[in-house]
Amino acid sequence: MKADLKEALERPASPGDLQPVIQASNLHKYYDTGTVRVHALRGISIEIRKGEFVAIMGASGSGKSTFMNIVGCLDKPSEGTYFLEGTDVSRLSRIELARLRNERLGFVFQAFNLLNRTTAMENVELPLIYAGVRAKERHRRSLEALARVGLSERADHIPSQLSGGQQQRVAIARSLVNHPSILLADEPTGNLDSRTSVEIMQVFQELNEKEKLTIILVTHEYDIAEYARRTITFRDGRIVKDQPVAKRRVASEVIASLPLLED
Amino acid sequence: MIIFFTIIRVAFQALGRNKLRSTLTMLGIIIGVSAVIAMVSIGQGAQATISQQIANAGSNMLFVSAGSWNQGGFRSGAGTLSTLTVEDALAIQRECSAVRLVSPLVRTSVPVVFGNQNWMTSIQGVNTNFPAIRLWELEGGSFFTEQDEASAQRVCVLGKTVVENLFGGQDPVGQEIRIRNSPWRVIGVLKAKGQSGMGQDQDDTIVAPYTTVQKKVLGITYIHSIMVSAISQAASSVAEQQITGLLRQRHRIPASEDNDFMVRNLSDLAELANSANRVMTMLLGSIAFVSLIVGGIGVMNIMLVSVTERTREIGIRMSVGATGGDIQFQFLTEAVVLAVFGGVFGIGIGVLSSHGISTSLGWPTLVSTSAIGMAFSFAGAIGIAAGWYPALKASRLDPIEALRYE
Ligand SMILES: Nc1ncnc2c1ncn2[C@@H]1O[C@H](COP(=O)(O)OP(=O)(O)OP(=O)(O)O)[C@@H](O)[C@H]1O
Ligand SMILES: [Mg+2]
Repeated sequence: MKADLKEALERPASPGDLQPVIQASNLHKYYDTGTVRVHALRGISIEIRKGEFVAIMGASGSGKSTFMNIVGCLDKPSEGTYFLEGTDVSRLSRIELARLRNERLGFVFQAFNLLNRTTAMENVELPLIYAGVRAKERHRRSLEALARVGLSERADHIPSQLSGGQQQRVAIARSLVNHPSILLADEPTGNLDSRTSVEIMQVFQELNEKEKLTIILVTHEYDIAEYARRTITFRDGRIVKDQPVAKRRVASEVIASLPLLED
Repeated sequence: MIIFFTIIRVAFQALGRNKLRSTLTMLGIIIGVSAVIAMVSIGQGAQATISQQIANAGSNMLFVSAGSWNQGGFRSGAGTLSTLTVEDALAIQRECSAVRLVSPLVRTSVPVVFGNQNWMTSIQGVNTNFPAIRLWELEGGSFFTEQDEASAQRVCVLGKTVVENLFGGQDPVGQEIRIRNSPWRVIGVLKAKGQSGMGQDQDDTIVAPYTTVQKKVLGITYIHSIMVSAISQAASSVAEQQITGLLRQRHRIPASEDNDFMVRNLSDLAELANSANRVMTMLLGSIAFVSLIVGGIGVMNIMLVSVTERTREIGIRMSVGATGGDIQFQFLTEAVVLAVFGGVFGIGIGVLSSHGISTSLGWPTLVSTSAIGMAFSFAGAIGIAAGWYPALKASRLDPIEALRYE
């Protein structure tokens, strides 16, 4: 663990900001299902600093989603400590966790998780409702968030009128609208074709570089992981590899090089 | 604060997305509330009518009639026996302290003629206390005097129905009518009084001195009954006891025998009618209330279905920062909105159907604000009660499991 820390400190991070956003040590998570105890996490220790862009890889069932849910304050660890920007999350009540999710965390899921029959705009507004923001300010900020993901003209569309990539952008806009400290994305490109996936990565890279947003991304695809700066590999609830990305891909260049499909 | 208003709006939107279901759910409450209002207003209408009639008749009035009922049923025809006399009436007036006024009463049916008009009506022979006992004022002319009574003059006062049937638009005061071929002078007209509690037209009558009716119409010396007014409504049962005691003594009835007369107390009758009515109102009201509760169960059922169906929505809301309380408030609001809107429509329909009942069936109805207020607050309370458990269930969902729900 000491070696991990040392390595993390030596790694070049974005200039100016070095304070850790996430400090987890020895996280365990068990699920008691009748007779068997499923050990989903078996001692995860990790530190992630402001402005990092981390990709988490690993086989199915290795505990990636379990870890993300704990980091995202949707779940609590069975053992171990987790500090989010210096706050000990394990001591917080359900209401305080909801507050943290609302103010500091943005979540993007593989299944988009948008409300049906509700416009893009209203979906993006959702976190602001629970933050108690006034209607006028909500409109302004959600339009702004939709503009950041390039969907200004689709504000009045409902999810069924949008493509998968567009729906995922709405979900990203929703996760950004409250200006969170961390963006958590659990297989955000899992349901998208490769070109759309790269477009989503372009949005992530822009947010990471221009706005110094901390991003943690779970993916099964090596090429997607190469858009991040650091990759962590899980196996059986443990971290088995943690290394910087050697040859980083740049989404805007990849898109430019992709052949355009025409019919 | 903003957050509550927004969540209330969200609740309305959710109900608006499922219009048919929301409407059907509200229908249960609408039927319940309108049934409560219609039933209670029928009951209260009947009660008000009876009270009104009793008050019209003079609520502190008692009737003494000859003959009696015993446990075996009808023993002797009331009013057909000749056991009551004018002296009995005078004795009651003189000796019973709880009695204010007394009038003898003799009555019979007679044909009346004016010009070429004919009318069959009843004639009541009374004394000058009659208007004060019956609380019945004159519309025109005057009542007969004690001299008229003492000398058995053929003078009379007409009820409104008789006036209409014999005189049309003419003023009857001062005219002469013929009763059993003798001429009578009309000296006054009574104000319209309407139907009695038994549905009789009280205005279809002629009032005359009892002496005249005794001697010149019936040819009798006894009287049929005695009208009494007690000094107050509260004193009417005391008056009843005093009269009973006095008449038993005057008629020399031994302790082992039944009365040969009968005292009826109108305020007792009123009380009886009223309590029967209250029971009826409560019965109708509680049947209707059961349907309101069934409506509430409908709301609860739909809310439970809705929470299950929208588990994923709940997970999404929680993942972006909704607290359990926010979720609970949203679903509770939906239930209360259903119930309260159902209540408002139900009140409208209940009031309309009470009017419909009173115009089409001719039953008196009384829509009281207290019934409306009660039905409305019950609807609201049922909304809260029906929404509480589903909303609590929703608020306790685990965000991760809710998000995974298919
Ligand atoms: N609610 C639960 N109850 C019981 N076991 C669970 C539960 N959630 C996860 N697990 C188990 O925990 C382990 C880790 O699951 P997790 O979802 O974190 O894997 P993952 O790495 O995200 O896999 P994938 O790549 O398929 O999404 C698995 O063995 C899974 O069966
Ligand atoms: Mg997973």
